[in-house]
Amino acid sequence: MTFAQQWVAFCTILRKEVTRFTRIWVQTLIPPVITMGLYFVIFGHLIGERIGQMGGFDYMSFVVPGLVMMAVINNSYANVVSSFFSAKFHRSIEELLVSPTPSYVILLGYIAGGVLRGLVVGGIVTFVSTFFTNFIIESPWLTMFVILLTSSLFSVAGLINAIFANSFDDISIIPTFILTPLTYFGGVFYSISMLSEFWQGVSQFNPILYMVNAFRYGFLGVSDVDVHLAIGGIAAMLLCAFLLAWYLLHKGRRLRS
Amino acid sequence: MRKSSGTVSIFGNDIDRNFSLAKKCIGVVPQEFNFSVFEKVQDIVVNQAGFYGVPRRQATANAEALLRQLNLWERRNEPARNLSGGMKRRLMIARALVHQPRLLILDEPTAGVDIELRRSMWEFLTEINRAGTTIILTTHYLEEAENLCRNVAIINKGEIVENTSVKKLLKQLNREVFVLDVSEDLTECPSVLNYQLRLRDPHSLEVEVEKGRPLNDLFAQLAAQNVAVVSMRNKVNRLEELFVTLVQNHERQGRAGGGL
Repeated sequence: MTFAQQWVAFCTILRKEVTRFTRIWVQTLIPPVITMGLYFVIFGHLIGERIGQMGGFDYMSFVVPGLVMMAVINNSYANVVSSFFSAKFHRSIEELLVSPTPSYVILLGYIAGGVLRGLVVGGIVTFVSTFFTNFIIESPWLTMFVILLTSSLFSVAGLINAIFANSFDDISIIPTFILTPLTYFGGVFYSISMLSEFWQGVSQFNPILYMVNAFRYGFLGVSDVDVHLAIGGIAAMLLCAFLLAWYLLHKGRRLRS
Repeated sequence: MRKSSGTVSIFGNDIDRNFSLAKKCIGVVPQEFNFSVFEKVQDIVVNQAGFYGVPRRQATANAEALLRQLNLWERRNEPARNLSGGMKRRLMIARALVHQPRLLILDEPTAGVDIELRRSMWEFLTEINRAGTTIILTTHYLEEAENLCRNVAIINKGEIVENTSVKKLLKQLNREVFVLDVSEDLTECPSVLNYQLRLRDPHSLEVEVEKGRPLNDLFAQLAAQNVAVVSMRNKVNRLEELFVTLVQNHERQGRAGGGL
C-alpha cells in the first residue's frame, strides 16, 4: 500500500472508532463525567474543605489533575479494549485482516481512537471542574504531551488485553483488579509525601503515580516525582507496549485461525 | 487460513513475496456473517473500501452502485442488525466487491438461503463474472457448481481429488440412472432383458445404463408389456454422482497406501 492509501485506511479506522463512541455516547461520554462530578462534589468540595491544603494548593485544585488523568486513562483503555474485543467477538476484525492494511496502521488507528475518546472525556471533565475551582494550567504543552503519551499507552494496553481476552469477562479483569487499585494508589487523591517512608517506597513501583504527577506538574507545577524520569518512563512503556501489540497483530496471534 | 505448503500466486502476485498486492486483488465473502451488526449498512461497505486505501469519495460512489444493484440502497442508513438473513448475505457481497477486486471468493454463499434469493444471487454472480471478475465458489450444492462453474476442484479432507473443467469431469461419468414415469399404476416391476430395472413406486421405474447405450430396446420391451412411459429424467445430479465416486476412490487409494 502507498502512504496515501495507508493514510486513507488510518482515517477509516479512526472515523469508525469515533462513530462508535459517539453513537453510544450515553455509555461512553456521560458516565465518566457523572462519576468525576461526584468526586469533585464529595472529595473536592465536601471533604476537601476540611482537609485544607495539599502540595501548596487547596485540596480541590490538587485533586483536579488526578481526576482528569484518571478519566483519560480509564476511557482510553476502555475504548480500545471494548471496541477491539467486540470486533474480535463478532469476527468483524476479519474486515481488517483480509485487507492489505499493514498491522501498524491498524494499531495506530485504534490508538488514535482511544486517545481521542480519552481527550474528549478529559476535556469534558476539565470543563466540569471549572464549576468547582479556578485554575490556570501552568504548562499547557507539557500537560498535553503527558496526556497524549499516557492515553496512547493505555490505548495500546487495551488492545493487548483485547487480543488475549476470550470473553467479555476477560476485558474487565485488568481494569477492575489492576488498573483501578493502581490509579487509586497512584496519588490521585493524595500526595505520597503524606505516606510513611515504606509506603512511599512501595508507591515508587506504581507506574500510574508517575503519570498522575507528570500531569499534575503540567497543570499546577508541583510533583512528587522527577518529571523527566516520569516522562521517560511513560515513553519507554509506550514503546514496549507498542512493539508487543505490533508483533501480536502482525503474527495474528489469537486473531487468525 | 495459513498456507501449509506450495506456492500461491494471485494474478502474478506471490503471497509470500507480495502479500499486500495479492490481498488487493481479492474480495472475500465468508459463510458466516462477520460484520458489526450495530453499524449502518452503508458505513460497513464504505469502510471496507477505506481499508483497501480507496479514497472516501470513490468508496461512497462504489458503495452506492453496489447497494443499488443488490437492492440494499433503501436500507443504507439502518443498522445491519435490522436486515433479514438474505439481505445480510447480499451486504457481505457488496462489501467484498466495493474495492473492485479481480477475484471474488465466496464460501457457500447460498447455504441456507431460499430458492428465490439463491436464483437472484446466481444471476448476479453470473453478471459480474461476465464483466470480468473471476469467482471461486465453495459449495456443497453440486447443482450450483454444475450450473455456474467452468472449472471444478473436488476437495476431500483437505486434499484436491480432482481439478478440471466441468465438461471434462462430466465425461468421466460412464453410467447414468434414469427415472421413467409411467401412465398406469404398476403393482410389480416389469421383467426386461439386459437392463437393471427397479420399481421405485407404482408410478415410476428406475433404470441404470452405461453411458451412450441406446434405450430403444428397453422401451420396446416395456411397450410389449403395455407399459407406457410418459416422461423420463436423470435420477440425481450428475456431478453429485461423480463426486461420490471420486471421493470413494480417493479414500480407497488412501487406505491401500498404508497411511502415507
